[in-house]
Amino acid sequence: MKGLPLSPLRGRGLIIGVPWFWLGLFFLLPFLFVLKISLSEPVLAQPPYMDLIREVEDGLVSISVNFGNYLLLWEDPLYRGALFGSLKISAISTLFCLLFGYPMAYAIARAPSHWRLPLLMLIILPFWTSFLIRVYAWIGILKGNGLLNNFLIWSGLIDQPLEILHTPLAVYIGIVYSYLPFVVLPLYATLVRLDLTLLEAAADLGCRPWKQFLTITLPLSLPGVIAGGMLVFIPVVGEFVIPDLLGGPDTLMIGKLMWTEFFSNKDWPLASSLAAVLLVVLIIPFVALRHFEQREEAV
Amino acid sequence: MSSLRQSKPEEPWQAPEGEPIIRIENVSKRFGELYAVDGISLDIHSGEFFSLLGPSGCGKTTLLRMLAGFELPTEGKIYIDGQDVTDVPPYERPVNMMFQSYALFPHMSVADNIAFGLKQEGMPKARRQERVREMLALVQIDKLAARKPHQLSGGQRQRVALARALAKHPKILLLDEPLGALDKKLREQTQFELVNIQERLGITFIIVTHDQEEAMTMSSRIALLRDGRVEQVDPPRRLYEYPNSRYAADFIGSINLIDGHVLSQEENRVRIRSEEAGCDLEVIHGQPLLAGTPVTLAVRPEKVRLDSGDAQLANRVSGVIKEIAYLGDVSIYHVELATGKRIQFTQSNVQALAEQPLSWEDEVVLGWPANSCGVLTQ
Repeated sequence: MKGLPLSPLRGRGLIIGVPWFWLGLFFLLPFLFVLKISLSEPVLAQPPYMDLIREVEDGLVSISVNFGNYLLLWEDPLYRGALFGSLKISAISTLFCLLFGYPMAYAIARAPSHWRLPLLMLIILPFWTSFLIRVYAWIGILKGNGLLNNFLIWSGLIDQPLEILHTPLAVYIGIVYSYLPFVVLPLYATLVRLDLTLLEAAADLGCRPWKQFLTITLPLSLPGVIAGGMLVFIPVVGEFVIPDLLGGPDTLMIGKLMWTEFFSNKDWPLASSLAAVLLVVLIIPFVALRHFEQREEAV
Repeated sequence: MSSLRQSKPEEPWQAPEGEPIIRIENVSKRFGELYAVDGISLDIHSGEFFSLLGPSGCGKTTLLRMLAGFELPTEGKIYIDGQDVTDVPPYERPVNMMFQSYALFPHMSVADNIAFGLKQEGMPKARRQERVREMLALVQIDKLAARKPHQLSGGQRQRVALARALAKHPKILLLDEPLGALDKKLREQTQFELVNIQERLGITFIIVTHDQEEAMTMSSRIALLRDGRVEQVDPPRRLYEYPNSRYAADFIGSINLIDGHVLSQEENRVRIRSEEAGCDLEVIHGQPLLAGTPVTLAVRPEKVRLDSGDAQLANRVSGVIKEIAYLGDVSIYHVELATGKRIQFTQSNVQALAEQPLSWEDEVVLGWPANSCGVLTQ
């Protein structure tokens, strides 16, 4: 064929270029701004930070880079505690999301095919309501004279209301509830694709149902477990709304801290350095995983 | 049709005192309103290479899956080695299956795939490795032990599937269209190897296939299935030479079927008047037939020959050659009779070149002896 406007290679480059361009414009560039701000000094001005490059006198330019924020983050137990606390809460929530989400995804994937779509719709249904309202609603359920306590007292299981709201437990409940669909969907996608003759083959070779699950289904659904786990773990580390509404004063999460630094303390450089550290912390396991996957494929 | 067997197979089904290794007793399987398997009874003996042959939807795969335990019969009983296994789950049955799609575990190496069944029965590691090596050698893929299934060709995967199914030394191996995904050349080669392995290990093979040629070349016996029922169970040669129904005759190889009705019978010589052929025909038939019974005369194309005048042919028809299919070793000729009925006959091409070659629109007289054809009443 003569006179093709684009060679196939250029066409492909164009298509691959679109997400790169998008990421560059809306992720890399803003991140560089954040990085720049994190290396500056706070001032009482608008914007509340000093430029890295300033013209001192005619022709003389002063560049000042301030690593003080990063040092502070490392040395101050408040920030370190908040970071590790966030990672811990996130890891535990992810684990519980997977524990609840796996059976749900499994049940939907094994349901008769005409049932699957309605069941998936039910999983997605909560998204029709605002996230904020749904989290807020949990206050009504968990508070001292809320639905849960009233029910438990009415049924005679307890005499005194349980203190759940404003404890870490409430934060876990809120997170697991809110992020459950994000593990169910990718898990469903891998489980529904699983070739059921593999299980028949395992059974034929003398493998009992529970062991079939452990040796065949679980390892083959690992990509879904990882995808779902990441979809929960990464955003939850920076989660702000849930710990703010349901958590107590002692549930310190990095998202909440960032909010405080940005809006209450007006310390943009410190908040930016928190954001930068968080990104690096989250990117490390991701890159490691990619590396591991590529090695696996190369074998 | 040729058999791949190197030695004459024994005929355990002939011995009346022999206990069958598999007894299928009046088994039915209903899916909703539809009977996939409709009252099948079969005895399969130890050491047989038994084929379940039929078109898609005849119930052969469902029957095999009931033997493996993946489907429970709606009615009837299945006995393996004298034990009622009708309700025994697949993981407790002494059979192994080779799947049509091979169903290799994609996350395990070839060696782990083969060792999987042995691990389930708790065989110690050293013995397991030894057995895996043995199996790899048996199917000649020694060098592929560390590969993953996705790094193998179709033919190699087929071998892994076979090795995995044989690793536990089952008494019975079930094979669901084992050669379906291979190309023709590889298929023929693998047929030979399957027969070889079966003879060497002495395992009972039960194979599901829709390919009559495959069933003919490999089996000791074939069960021809149709709409969930058994049409005929016989060794390949008997099935080919003496089909007992129109369906069986038509399914195995090609055949000329000529309709008519019984005119008379003298001892075992039956005279048939056929409107279709436009003449009377003769056939040897042992069972008594009433005059007037509608019957079908069946004669294989290779049994029909050109009438060279001197042959003792009880049946003669004349017609015009309308089509010639050249197949290399033989040619198939379609001859149209005056009545419009077409008769096929084959001739070896060695012969065709020696004599004067036949051509389109040639007038020919065809004939066949009374003992080379059969009569079908259903």
